[in-house]
Amino acid sequence: MAISSDDVKKIAHLARLGLKEEEINKFQKQLSSIFGYIDKLSEIDITGVEATSQVTGLTNVSVPDMVHSVSTPPEDLLDCSPLPVVARQIKVKKVI
Amino acid sequence: MDINNLTIRSIHEGLKSKEFSCKELVGGYLQRIDNLNPELNVCVTVTADNALAEAEKIDAKIAAGSELGLLEGVPLGVKDMFATKGVKTTACSKILGEFKPPYESTATQMLKDEGMIVLAKANTDEFACGASTEHSAFGVTKNPWNHDYVAGGSSGGPAAGVGSRMFPVSIGTDTGGSIRQPASFCNVVGLKVTYGRVSRSGVISMASSWDTIGPFSSTVEDSALMLQAMAGHDEKDATTPKIEVPDYTKNLGKDVKGMKIGIPKEYFGEGVEPEVKEIVMAAIKEYEKMGAELKEISLPYTEYGVATYYIIMPAELSTNLARFDGLRFGRKPNIEGDTYIDYYLNARDEGFGDEIKRRIMIGTYVLSAGYYDAYYKRAQKVRTLIRKDFDEAFAEVDALMAPVSPFTPFKIGAKADDPLAMYLADALVIPASCAGVPGISIPCGFTKDKLPVGLQIIAPMFEEGKLFQLGAAYEQGTEWHKMLPAGL
Repeated sequence: MAISSDDVKKIAHLARLGLKEEEINKFQKQLSSIFGYIDKLSEIDITGVEATSQVTGLTNVSVPDMVHSVSTPPEDLLDCSPLPVVARQIKVKKVI
Repeated sequence: MDINNLTIRSIHEGLKSKEFSCKELVGGYLQRIDNLNPELNVCVTVTADNALAEAEKIDAKIAAGSELGLLEGVPLGVKDMFATKGVKTTACSKILGEFKPPYESTATQMLKDEGMIVLAKANTDEFACGASTEHSAFGVTKNPWNHDYVAGGSSGGPAAGVGSRMFPVSIGTDTGGSIRQPASFCNVVGLKVTYGRVSRSGVISMASSWDTIGPFSSTVEDSALMLQAMAGHDEKDATTPKIEVPDYTKNLGKDVKGMKIGIPKEYFGEGVEPEVKEIVMAAIKEYEKMGAELKEISLPYTEYGVATYYIIMPAELSTNLARFDGLRFGRKPNIEGDTYIDYYLNARDEGFGDEIKRRIMIGTYVLSAGYYDAYYKRAQKVRTLIRKDFDEAFAEVDALMAPVSPFTPFKIGAKADDPLAMYLADALVIPASCAGVPGISIPCGFTKDKLPVGLQIIAPMFEEGKLFQLGAAYEQGTEWHKMLPAGL
């Protein structure tokens, strides 16, 4: 599967990775090589095979919707932000 | 006090009999770290003051004549992927900056509750992505056996730390081999548990349907004791089944006579170095002498493990790493930009290393519209076929034995320019991760260049007991695990 430089630019933007122009070429070559390898899976007959999402076999694990106690105070979590915190909210760049 | 040969039990005896105090014990290991870390680069953060304070508390307890738990006062190394409250946690990435978690991971909390003393956060490939620790933002961890060689990865720090006795035991993560492979490179015991056996709450997620937590130690017994302390259901981790934790120590010293060992022929194929095959086969033959029955078997989908892993894992990784945006935690980008998109683009470009960017892009691509079925969905189905290989094998045999790594430890830089070559390093450990089954790496010899080789033993899900039984039996009759790198 050939990955073009345009593909790399598109994917990088989707993944919010601000790659520099000079890096695109390098990643294009490396990703092409990797995709060339993982294409190996196309040679397998997967007719009738179920997909594995997880190996535990567990389904619908739930806990009662009850508040017990606050394990980590919101203030401690807000403290982790490198951005200004105003009225218990993290101040971010303009979104709209 | 001979820190080169201390185990959990001998530490316990030493403290009880007052052969040494906990302060002396911790001091001894901290001195070892001071001496060797500048060269080996095992420890990213050393929590010396904390550790000595904890040691003093233990000494006070001993002086008061209180009963000491088996793990109380035992020093511990922790891969820098575990949230340790108030202690810098980096995932060995730049993107987390000076982040200090406001909460503790379940695994480390359980070990601390047993009285273990954390000495250091240990080096790893960035976000546990790698097989050599060369992708760490803080430099590579050197192999204690030869400083020109890698310690393996991604848990190079925890493995080399035990290998050079900076701590008697440590914990790491194994998603596609990251405990077993560095354990084999550093001549220590490394355990990958059954998926879901140990809680991952508070551990930085890499690939959520593959990640496991496990111990490094110098002996199989210590591995069993560590698992005993960490295993079990946790409400905070929905992937931990409510399956009872057996007494793993009961498996140590048990006879292996009559056990059926499967030798998967695909693990001894062309891609495996002859020297590795020779050393591992010699180890497996010892089991025949012990009365076990060896049987050649086939796991036909083995060759597709790496490709399957490198589709599904990056997909899950790209999702898990989407949270690193320099907003709620971590490092602000140097260039903040004008819009929120610029902020993200810069935070992530500046914060992530190349390997992370590669894997995020692979993941984003295989999950994107138009490619999801051809890649992600298909890989999930191949994963089922690989799981079936193991199900069918375990219908015939009790356990499987094989090499851990297709090659001996490699030189630092040897695979740095070829991402794919690095991925193939895990060809023999990935399939077990596909199936979620447990596997252990135990020391089984050295190459002519005096580099360690590990024996991989794989058991059915939740049968870690078999790994300890088989591992301990081999260990009893050999001296590999007692050998130490020069200069220690």
